[in-house]
Amino acid sequence: MAAPPDAAVAARPASNAAAAPYLEVIEVGKQFGTFVALHRVNLSVQPGEFVTFLGPSGCGKTTLLRGIAGLDPPTSGRIRQAGRDITFLPPAERDFGIVFQSYALFPNLSVTQNVAYGLRGPAWPKARARQRVAELLDIVGLSDQAAKYPAQLSGGQQQRVALARALANEPGLLLLDEPLSALDAIVRQHLRQEIRSLQQRLGVTTVMVTHDQEEAMGVSDRIVVMARGRIEQIGTPAEVYDAPASPFVAAFIGHSSRFEAVVDSPPGFVVARGHRLAATAARSLLYGARVTVFIRPEHVLLHRADAAPPGALTGRVTALEYLGAVCRVSVEAGGLPLLAAVAPQEIGALGAMPGGEIAAVLPADRLLVFPADE
Amino acid sequence: MSDGALAGAPMRPRLSADQKAMRASLALAVAFLALFLVMPLAALFLRAFETADGGFAGLANFRTYATTPALLAAAWNSLWTAALTAVIVVPLAFAYAYALTRSCIPFKAAFRAVMMLPLLAPSLLPALAMIYLFGNQGMLRWMLGGGSIYGPMGIVASQVFYCFPAAVIILSVALSSADARLYEAAAALKASRLRIFHTVTLPGSRYGLVSAFVVVFTLVVTDFGIPKVIGGQFPVLATDVYKQVVGLQDFNMGAVVGIVLLVPAVGAFLLDRWATRQRAATFSGRAVPLRPEPRPARDRPLLVLCLVVALLLLGIVGVAAWGSLIRFWPYNLALTLDNYDFGRFDSAGWGSLWFSVRMAALAAVIGTAIVFLVAYVLERGPQEGALPALTRFAATVPLAVPGLVLGLAYILFFNHPANPLGVLYGTTAILVVNSIVHFYTVGHLTAVTAIRQLDPEFESVGASMRVPVWITFGRVTVPMCLPAILEIAIYLFVNAMTTVSAVIFLYGPETKPASVAVVHMDEAGQASAAAAMAMAILGVTVSAKLAQLALGALLGRLTQRWRG
Repeated sequence: MAAPPDAAVAARPASNAAAAPYLEVIEVGKQFGTFVALHRVNLSVQPGEFVTFLGPSGCGKTTLLRGIAGLDPPTSGRIRQAGRDITFLPPAERDFGIVFQSYALFPNLSVTQNVAYGLRGPAWPKARARQRVAELLDIVGLSDQAAKYPAQLSGGQQQRVALARALANEPGLLLLDEPLSALDAIVRQHLRQEIRSLQQRLGVTTVMVTHDQEEAMGVSDRIVVMARGRIEQIGTPAEVYDAPASPFVAAFIGHSSRFEAVVDSPPGFVVARGHRLAATAARSLLYGARVTVFIRPEHVLLHRADAAPPGALTGRVTALEYLGAVCRVSVEAGGLPLLAAVAPQEIGALGAMPGGEIAAVLPADRLLVFPADE
Repeated sequence: MSDGALAGAPMRPRLSADQKAMRASLALAVAFLALFLVMPLAALFLRAFETADGGFAGLANFRTYATTPALLAAAWNSLWTAALTAVIVVPLAFAYAYALTRSCIPFKAAFRAVMMLPLLAPSLLPALAMIYLFGNQGMLRWMLGGGSIYGPMGIVASQVFYCFPAAVIILSVALSSADARLYEAAAALKASRLRIFHTVTLPGSRYGLVSAFVVVFTLVVTDFGIPKVIGGQFPVLATDVYKQVVGLQDFNMGAVVGIVLLVPAVGAFLLDRWATRQRAATFSGRAVPLRPEPRPARDRPLLVLCLVVALLLLGIVGVAAWGSLIRFWPYNLALTLDNYDFGRFDSAGWGSLWFSVRMAALAAVIGTAIVFLVAYVLERGPQEGALPALTRFAATVPLAVPGLVLGLAYILFFNHPANPLGVLYGTTAILVVNSIVHFYTVGHLTAVTAIRQLDPEFESVGASMRVPVWITFGRVTVPMCLPAILEIAIYLFVNAMTTVSAVIFLYGPETKPASVAVVHMDEAGQASAAAAMAMAILGVTVSAKLAQLALGALLGRLTQRWRG
C-alpha cells in the first residue's frame, strides 16, 4: 500500500524500521541561484538496500546523488551516513564509490591501474593491492583484460571496470549515476542484472540514478520517484506500479489511459463523459469532487461487441499496435480514450480490427483515482 | 539529536586538502597576473596622466597628443596600412585555406608547412628581404618605377608575408568545420555551385573571416619590427612609442601613445571575441564532416594559386638567406659566411643568439608550467565568487596588449624607484616574465581546450577514492594533455625567440636578445649581418618546430595504445 510522500519514511515495514538506516537524507534542499533544484527531500536507506532515484531529466535526482557524494553539497538540510553527519564533508573524507554515466575511466591507465587507483597508502601495501585488483577483476569477469587500456574495451567492459574501481576500496555506499545509459539495449539489460547480483553478493548499500523505469523496476529494492525537485513516491517496484501515490507517478511509470471524471453518489462511483463507472478508490472522496482517473492497459478487459457483459462500455477500435508479446488496442469509448493490452492470439476472436465495434470493461478495483486539484 | 544537529551545526562546507590546494593555486595565479600584468598596465595608465615632474596632469598629455599633427598622422598611418594589409591578406588566405580544406590538391602537408614559415621568423626578416629586393640598392628596384619601398609600400608588403599564416590558420578552422549535410541538402535542392558557395560556404565561414580580418589588423597595428626596419620616414604608432621613450625619453607621452595603440588592439580583441562566440553558437555537435571530392575545374586553379603563394613565401625567406651570404650587396655577390661572424658587428656576437635561446627556453619551461596550472585551476578549481571569472578575463587580456605597450608598462612599473621588485630590472628574469605574459593568452586557450576535452568527473572519481587532486593531476591530467603542453612550450619558445616589440625596452647590456641585435645591426647599416642573425633565429625556431613534430610523433606512438 502506497503512502503519501511525506509519510513514506515512517511507513517502512516494521522489520526494516528496527534496523538503523544506513543513509539518511533529512530535509535536504539545493538551490542554484534562484532555481530550486531540490525541495526539502527526506529519505532513508537501509543497510544493504538497492535504492533507485527515478524521474525525468531535471527532476533533481542527479543533484541529490551529487549531494550524497559531497560533490555538490546541499544548501539546506542534513545527510547522515552510518550515523555520521556527512553533509559538508568533502568527498575524500566520505565512504563511497561512484560510477559515472561516462565512467570517467582514466584513458592513459590500464585496467589494472584504473582499478588500483585508490589502493594507495599504508592500508594497501603493493601485494595486498595487487591481490585486491585480481579479486575485483575476477568478480567482474575481466581478468583476461587486465593489461588493456579503456579505449580497447567495449562499452560494457568499460562499465565493469568502472564498477570494479568504485568497489576497490570496499566502500560502504555505492553510487551509480545513470551507469547504463551509454550502452545499447541488449548489453544494458544483461549488465543491470549483473550489477544487481553483484550488489546482493557483496551486500553493499547502493543508490542508483536513472531515467529508465524498466531499469529501475528491474533491479531496485525500492524506487524513489522524483519530479520537479520533489519526491513523489518511495516504494517497492510493485507499490509504485500498482498503487501510484500521485497522478505524476501513475503517468510516468508504465502505460495507462487517463481521463477526467467527477465523483458521483453513492460512494464508489464516478462519472466520466456521461459514463457511470464503479471505482473502489473513489469511495472516500466527496460527492462532486473532480478527479483524474488512470487505468493500466492490462486491466482493461475487451469483449466482442455482440457479447458485451452488462455495464461494459461500447466503443470503436481506432488503432492496433502489434508489439510481439501483446497487442495494444486503442479504443474510443463514447469520448473516453482507452488503451488495452491483449494477447495477439485473442485479437481475431475479439474482432478487434481498426474501425470495428468493441466492448470494454473497466474493473472497479483497477481504476486509479486522484483528486484533480494537483 | 537530529534536531540538535540541524539547529546547531554550522552550515558551511569544510575545505578538504584538495580544495585548499586548488585555492592556494588560484591565489598564486591571481598574484602572478596581478603583479606582472595588471599592475604594470595600471602604472602605464597612471603615467599617461602625469606631468613631467610627477604632478597630476589631467588630460593635458592627451591634449598635447591630439594637437600634435605628426602624432595624429602616425595613428592614421597605422590604421590604414593595417586595413590595407587585411584587405589583401584575408582573400588570399581564404583561397589558400579553401584549397587546404575543401579541395583535393596534392602536397597539402607541404603547403601547410610552408605557410607556417613566417610564424617562425622574426617579423624583421620579410622587411630585410624587401629591402634586398626593392631597397636603394635593390635588384628589382626598377619595378617600383621611382617609388620607394621605405614607407607604406614596404610595410604593407612585409606585413602581408608576416600575417599570412595567422589568417590561413583561422580560416582553415572555419572552413573545416562545415556540415556535409548542408551541402547535400543544397545539392538536392538543385542549387548551382556558385549559389552553394554564396549561401552555404560564405555564411558558414563569415565569423572566421571577421576573426581573420581582426587578427591581421591587430598584428599590423601592434607590430614594431617591420615599420622600424622598412618604415623609413613613415611614422606609425608602434615606432612613435619607441621614439618617444628611447629617443626623446618622454615616458609620459610614450604612455599616452601606448594607450592610443591599445585602443584599436582592444577594439579588435572585443570584435574577435564576439565573432568567436557567434561561431561557437552556429556549431552543431552532430555535424557530418565534409569530405571534398576531386574536381579539376576547382582543384587546378587552386593548386596554381598555392604554388605561387608558397613560392613567394619561400622566395622571401630565400632572399633573406641569400642576402645573409653575400659579401657586399649588390656590388660583390660572392658568397661568404663572414656575415655570420657576428662579433665583427656587435660586441655580443653569437652571445645574443645563445642568450635568446636560453631566455626562450626558460620562458617555455616556466611559462608552460604556469599557463597550464593556471588554466587547470580555472577550469577545475573553485568557481564561487568573482575571482575565478576575473582571473579568466585577465588571462585573455595579453592578447589585446601590444608587446610595446607591455614592455613600456614593465619599465614604468619595475623601474619605479619605490618598487621593491626593481631589482628585476635589466635581468634575464624580467625578459622571461615579460615573454610569458606577452604570449600568455594563446597558451592559456590551448590549455583550456585540452583540459575541457577530459572527462569532467576525473577529479570526483579521484576524490571518491581518497586520492588527492594533485596526484590525479600528475597521473592523469598532465599525461593526457602532453601534446597540448608541448605545443604551448614550443609556441612560447618560438615567440620569445622572435619578438622584438616586448623586449626592446627591457634588455640590458648583459641581456640583449638576438632579435634586438637584428634591429641594432640594421640601424647601423649592416643589413647583411642583420639578415644573417634573422636567419640564425629562424634556424633555431625551425629546429624547435621540427623537435616538436618529432616529439609529438614519438608521443603519439607511445600513447597509441590508450588513445584507441
